[in-house]
Order: sequence, then C-alpha cells, then structure tokens
Amino acid sequence: MTEHNILIAGFGGQGVLFSGKVIAYAGLIDGLEVSWLPSYGPEMRGGTANCSVCLSKRTIGSPLVVNPNAFVAMNLPSFDKFIDDVVPGGVVIVDSYLIEKKVEREDVKAFYVPAQKLAEENNLKGLSNIILTGKLFKELGFCSKEALDEAVKKCVPAKKAHLLEANYRAIELGMSI
Amino acid sequence: MSEKVLMKGNEALAEAAIQAGCRHFFGYPITPQTELAAYMSKRMPKIGGVYLQAESEVAAINMVLGASAAGVRAMTSSSSPGISLKSEGISYLAGSDLPCLIINIQRGGPGLGGIQPSQADYWQATKATGHGDFQILVFAPSTVQEMVDLVAGAFDKADKYRMPAMILADGMLGQMMEPVAIGEADVKLPEKEWATSGHKGKRKHNVINSLYIDPNVLENIVVERYKKYETIEATEQMSESYLTEDADIVLVAYGASSRIARSAVNSARELGIKAGLIRPISLWPFPKDVVAKAGDTAKQILTVEMSMGQMVDDVRLAVNGKCPVSFFGRTGGIIPTPAEVLEEIKKLAGGAV
Repeated sequence: MTEHNILIAGFGGQGVLFSGKVIAYAGLIDGLEVSWLPSYGPEMRGGTANCSVCLSKRTIGSPLVVNPNAFVAMNLPSFDKFIDDVVPGGVVIVDSYLIEKKVEREDVKAFYVPAQKLAEENNLKGLSNIILTGKLFKELGFCSKEALDEAVKKCVPAKKAHLLEANYRAIELGMSI
Repeated sequence: MSEKVLMKGNEALAEAAIQAGCRHFFGYPITPQTELAAYMSKRMPKIGGVYLQAESEVAAINMVLGASAAGVRAMTSSSSPGISLKSEGISYLAGSDLPCLIINIQRGGPGLGGIQPSQADYWQATKATGHGDFQILVFAPSTVQEMVDLVAGAFDKADKYRMPAMILADGMLGQMMEPVAIGEADVKLPEKEWATSGHKGKRKHNVINSLYIDPNVLENIVVERYKKYETIEATEQMSESYLTEDADIVLVAYGASSRIARSAVNSARELGIKAGLIRPISLWPFPKDVVAKAGDTAKQILTVEMSMGQMVDDVRLAVNGKCPVSFFGRTGGIIPTPAEVLEEIKKLAGGAV
C-alpha cells in the first residue's frame, strides 16, 4: 500500500520545509492524499527545524509523524532525537558530511550521503536538501519521477526560475548515489 | 472546481474569506496565526480591500464592530491570548446584534501559555466569549479544505442571524499544508437595512447600540435574542459520523483531535473493536441530537480533546446518563498520538483484545 510517513529534520535554513513541500506536491500530483506539517516557533530561528509529510491513499489522520517510515537527518541533534522513532524496516537517509555517527540500529535501512559536500563540489550550494530528496526518492519511490519533476517546478518560485535546472541536477545527483 | 494547490490552513482561511466577499480585515500578529494576517496584508490592497494592523487586539475587534455596524463583511483573527483580549468587543458585537467572523487559531494556555496547538478554548468559545447572556456561532474545521468550506457559510449565518461567528481551529491546522481547492465564488452580499451606512435623508437613522439602562427593556431584548438561539440550536447543528452505526465505542472529537481519533478508530477496527467517531463541526450549536442518539446505541462514549476536558461536558449533557462517558486528552501544546487514543479504546473494550 502506498502510505508514507516522512520526517525531515535539520537546522533552520537547510531547506527542511522546502524539501518536504516538494515531496508533498509530488504526492498531490500523483493523486494521493497528502499533508505537510512544520515545526514552528522559536526553535526554528537558528535551532532545529523539522517537517512531517504524509502521503496516503486513505484520508490522513494525524499529520504529525511520530514514527516515520522514512527519516532524513540533516544534523546531529535531529539524528539523535528521532533515530529511535523510525519504524523497523524504515529508510534512514543521513547527511554523512554533517553527521559523523552511524546508525546503530540494524532493523532500518540506512543510507549515507555527504549531501552538503556534494552540493559544494557540484555548484549546487544550498541544495543539499534536494540531493537528499533525490536519494529518498530512489530508496522509497514515494511518487513517479514525472510527479517529482513537476513538484520541483511548482515549489521553485517564479522569481527564482533560474534555479530550476540546479534543482533538477540535485535530484539526479541524489538518485545516482 | 479549481486546481488543487498546497496551502497552509492560515492562508487558506484568509483566501476563503476574500472569496466570500470580505474586504475588511483588522488584526494583530500572534503565533500561530500570523500567516493569516500576513496573507491579508498582501492581498487586500490589491483588491481594493482594507487590511489594518491595529495597535492591539482590543482595537482590532472594535474596528470590526465599527465596520460591521456600517454594514460590511468584516473579520479579525488571533490566537488564544489575543481572543481573550477581544472578548469585551465580542460581547459588544453580540449585544449590538452585529455579524462578523472571528478566527481563533488556538495555542496552549492559560496566560501566555505556549505556541503549540491546543483546544483549551472550547469553553471560552462556546460558553463565555465575553460577559453577559449570549452565544456566538462556532465552527470547527478538521482539514485545510474544510477551513475553506466553512468560511463562507460562517459569514452567511452570521449575517442571517445578526451575530458573531467564530472558526475555532488550532496551531496544527493553521500551520499545516494540505491540498485545497478554492473556487471563485459569485458572492451576493445581503442587504443590511439596519446598518449605519448613511440614511441620505431618505429614512430614519439607524442606531447600533448595546446599552439599555432600563432592565425591562434589556431583559426583553435578551429574551428575544434567546428565541433566535433556540431556532439556531434546532436547525444549525453540524457533525460528521464515521463508522458509528454498529459502534460499541463512539469517540467524540472535533478539529485536530478528530483526525487523531479517526486514525485510532481505524486501528481499533483492525483489531476487531467496533469503534466509531462523531465529529462535531458546529460546536455551538453543539450537535447534541447526534450525540444523544449515539448514547442510545453505544456501550461507551470517549471524548478526545487537546485540553483537560471541556467539550466532554456537552457530550455528557447530550448523553444524559444513557451510557458512560469518559475522557482522554493531552494539553499544553501536546498533540495526542493515535496509539495513545487506541490504548484508551482498548481499555474501554475491556481488554478483550
């Protein structure tokens, strides 16, 4: 059954909410029920930010993801806070450039992507979130590729249309790892 | 139907109000409601509307009173502590028989409390939004789409009954994004013969007032208003029932907590427990007929709220002792999990599972 509870967590400013929005839009384009719930408040200003995204064929109950089947960790505090909440068999994507720890649990599928470093090396500054989204797409297949591309287009504002190509490159890069 | 887009609940409420013909918004920023006011500040100037950030919540609600008295569709929005500040003005609006829309994106309380989602303003919204004998219409959406869908109706009913209406949501619904379609409505606003909009020498001037020194006069006015409330209670109850027909355990939950309750009901059904959910959509008038009926057929009723237990009073009054009514809730900004609610259901099912 197509049902994903995705948690993306990192520092404010890393694009946690943006990548969540891309995933939610992709689900919407594929005809799924979707919800997107951000953490909000003072914690976002320089502190940790996280975002719950649910994709389902059924009506979505609680939009708050307590036990994700997919967890994208973009900083150490978030990794430590949420790693034990992932359901057994779940997918964990770790930005291994920012988080040196390995996943000790053996009942989850962990993938390590040095996204921050890859972004810097590939002239994709600020798009480590999208690289990780590409990797998540590859491992979880939460939507069709067409829907993902369309979702990126929806989420990149018209004023920043010149960044669209970079976002697509970031997705491809993430998928290639 | 227009294309579905992802929108935050706060923004969707604002756009829906504009589509419902509202061109007068008076507000003051407060988390977790601020996106609503921010959206209005961007949109209203472009469509010839008024966005006014008042110097305080007290000022904002009194501007709503003035605008409403002049006959226009007016609204304000805030979050819990801000609604408390507005309560004097809301009482004056009710005492002046003026329509308006008030939005409360609830957060944890009392006092400054916190900024995370809560449903602890149920009593305030449904029993005492201010001093004096009065009610306001209260609607509780549970999805972003429903936030949109309830706005026009809330304005229309406020106009029809000449009383304030409130949309009671919370930080979760305000902050979350869901797919939403907002159709461009062809709005025809009602004539307001009572409005103080200028008599142009053609009629006697109208007076909008809530001061009646003579107790006999005041009593008559309040009693007349309560006849109106009786009609509303008889005709305007709104709720949604989910799997209640054969349910042994009926949950009652509104807004954000109804979503969690619904997930728990689904899990309970998978375990073979016959659970169902009544979701009040109008909180005043409370859908007591549906809840009372559930009391005839259910073995147990469980109210789930993000508070220490407020709506449960109305549930008990409606059930009137026909079956046991229990309560589960989290407060202070904590969102209960479906697993917690499922545990409560299992306890009521008598550990049979």
